[in-house]
This record gives sequence, C-alpha cells and structure tokens, in this order.
Amino acid sequence: MAESAVVLEGKSSAAWSGGSEPMKASYGKLMMWFFLLSDAFTFSALLITYGFIRFSHPAYQGLISEFKFSQDYWPVPDMVFEAFPGMHALGIESAPLVFVGIMTFILILSSVTMVLAVEAGARMDRKAVEKWMLWTILGGLTFLGCQAWEWSHFIHGSDISKNLEGIFQGAGLTYNQYGPPNFAALFFFITGFHGFHVFSGVVINFIIFYQAMVGIYDKRGHYEMVEKSGLYWHFVDLVWVFVFTFFYLV
Amino acid sequence: MEDQSSSVKVIPADKKKIQKIWKVAGFLGAITAVEFVIAFTISAGDAKTFLFIALTIWKAFYIVSEFMHLGHEKRSLRMSILLPLLFVIFLIFIMIYQGTAIYDALNV
Repeated sequence: MAESAVVLEGKSSAAWSGGSEPMKASYGKLMMWFFLLSDAFTFSALLITYGFIRFSHPAYQGLISEFKFSQDYWPVPDMVFEAFPGMHALGIESAPLVFVGIMTFILILSSVTMVLAVEAGARMDRKAVEKWMLWTILGGLTFLGCQAWEWSHFIHGSDISKNLEGIFQGAGLTYNQYGPPNFAALFFFITGFHGFHVFSGVVINFIIFYQAMVGIYDKRGHYEMVEKSGLYWHFVDLVWVFVFTFFYLV
Repeated sequence: MEDQSSSVKVIPADKKKIQKIWKVAGFLGAITAVEFVIAFTISAGDAKTFLFIALTIWKAFYIVSEFMHLGHEKRSLRMSILLPLLFVIFLIFIMIYQGTAIYDALNV
C-alpha cells in the first residue's frame, strides 16, 4: 500500500515537470479551451450589460394583449420577434419566437453533425469526416441566412400600427420603433458579435473540411484539428443558447 | 503518396457511441421545445424567468460536458475552465444591483 502511494506521488510531480501532457490534452486543445474561456467572459459581459441596461429602464406593466411599442419602457421580446418569412402571404398575423426557435434548432443540429465529424475523425474515417463537416458548414450558412433575414426585418420594422408613437418605422443605431434606442443597439451588438463568430466558425470549418479532403490529416496520422474546430463550433452553439434565453425568452 | 493514404486504416464506427450522440441531441431539442411551450403557457414573472435560466444551464451543461467532452477530461482541466467562470456570477449580481440603482435614481 505504502509503496503504491509513493509511486503515485512520484508520477504526479513528474507530470508537471515537462515533457508530458499533465492535463491529458494537447497544447493546441488546451489553448483552444483557454481562448474559449476568454471568449466566454466577453459574451458574459455583453449579456450582463443587457441585463444592466434593461434593469435601468422601466418594465412594461400592463397586459400582454394590450402591448404597444413605446420609448418609455423596455419592450416584451415576444412582441418584437414575431415575424416569419412569408407569413403574411399565409395569412398569419404573428408568429412569436417561431423563427428564432427554428434558428436555435438549426444551430443545435449543426453542433450534432460536428460531434459526428469529430467521432469520425477519431476513427480516421476521411469520407465520414467530409460528409459531416459539409453538413455542419451547411447548418452554419443556413443560420447566417436566417440571421440576415431577421436583421433586415428588424431594421425595416414591423406594422406601424403597433407603435404607440407612430413616428418612425424600424430600428437603427439612433432610433428604435420597438422601445428605448439601447434595445436596438444591444440587439445589433450581441447578435452581431455572435453572428460574426458563426461566420468565422464556418470559415474555419471550411478550411478543416478542405484539409481533410486533400488528405493532410491522413498524412499527419490524426484528425485533432477537427476536434479543435469542433470545440469552437460547440462554443458558438453554447453562446446562442444563452442569447436565445436572455434576449428572446426572458 | 498514394500508398500512404491507402494505408490509413479506418476503424469501424461504434454504434453505441453514435447512439449516445443522438440521444444527447434529442435531449437538447426536447429542452428547447419545453422552453418554447413555457414561453406561451406561463405568464411572465420570477417563476418563468427562473425556469428559463434553469433549463438554459441544463442545456449548457449537456453541450459542454458531452459535445465539448469536458465531462470526460481530467479534473485539473475541468476545474481550470469552470472555476474562473465564478467571476461571471459575481458580475451578474453587481450589475443587476447597479442597474436597479440607476433606475431608482432616474425615476424618483
């Protein structure tokens, strides 16, 4: 018993004296984790700023059914994000949160295909890596397309009759149909910052897909790059889970 | 070159592993669906907000632990990622406090 304890101790101190991976993760993976930690702080700061600014504005007090947009109080998100492409043609008046819900599902699904790509990479299965990476890229692009539509709708504005002031329509950096100007500024900043992460993720995923396709990882003998870009992609999905809750649901 | 790439041995897929991935995915989808239902059935209030935050953290746990594989990493790695996030909790409380104070100052 005493002997084994001594051996264990020797091992653990040797683990930190160089030449090995004490956390059982490669340098590249560790650095990706620490980068994601710093990025998590950035996004937390942005979302907490949202909370901070929201709490410094009056909240809407009346009934949800009588809600009208006004600069005097913070808008109810269901009332702002209630549009869906082509819904007026289908005769639907409002579809709150449906579009953003679909965007969330798309991002979760693309996260799943990424896990499958990582799993295939661990088995050195180039064909499967290519297939799942392509699905992931497609999911990312679809999400970006949805976001472009949502931004465009937000900027151009919805039905003016829902606006208490009725002066202008839509939202920009200095005016906002839906409520206090800060609401639009935060929308542009937070979803924009996240969307830019999705965009970089798609670019990175495409590079990884290309390198896998031309056989670089087969030659290298491992597919760890897929794992690293996978970490980044899951993080983007994770951030969206929080943005979805704090921007659209609460 | 050619015989190098053809010498790569593909390990056959482990069905159980892939099933587990889809199971976690189903879970995440189901939680999102529940959030959706809550958004339209429960009226706004502290209980609703609390439920949303709890479900979000639950979802985040699954993504980080299973998809990002952090739950299967060494304890030292897990802790070096999770413990620094305690600062975030600290920031949440001071900023909400500050925001409310500004509201009170502006709306006396």
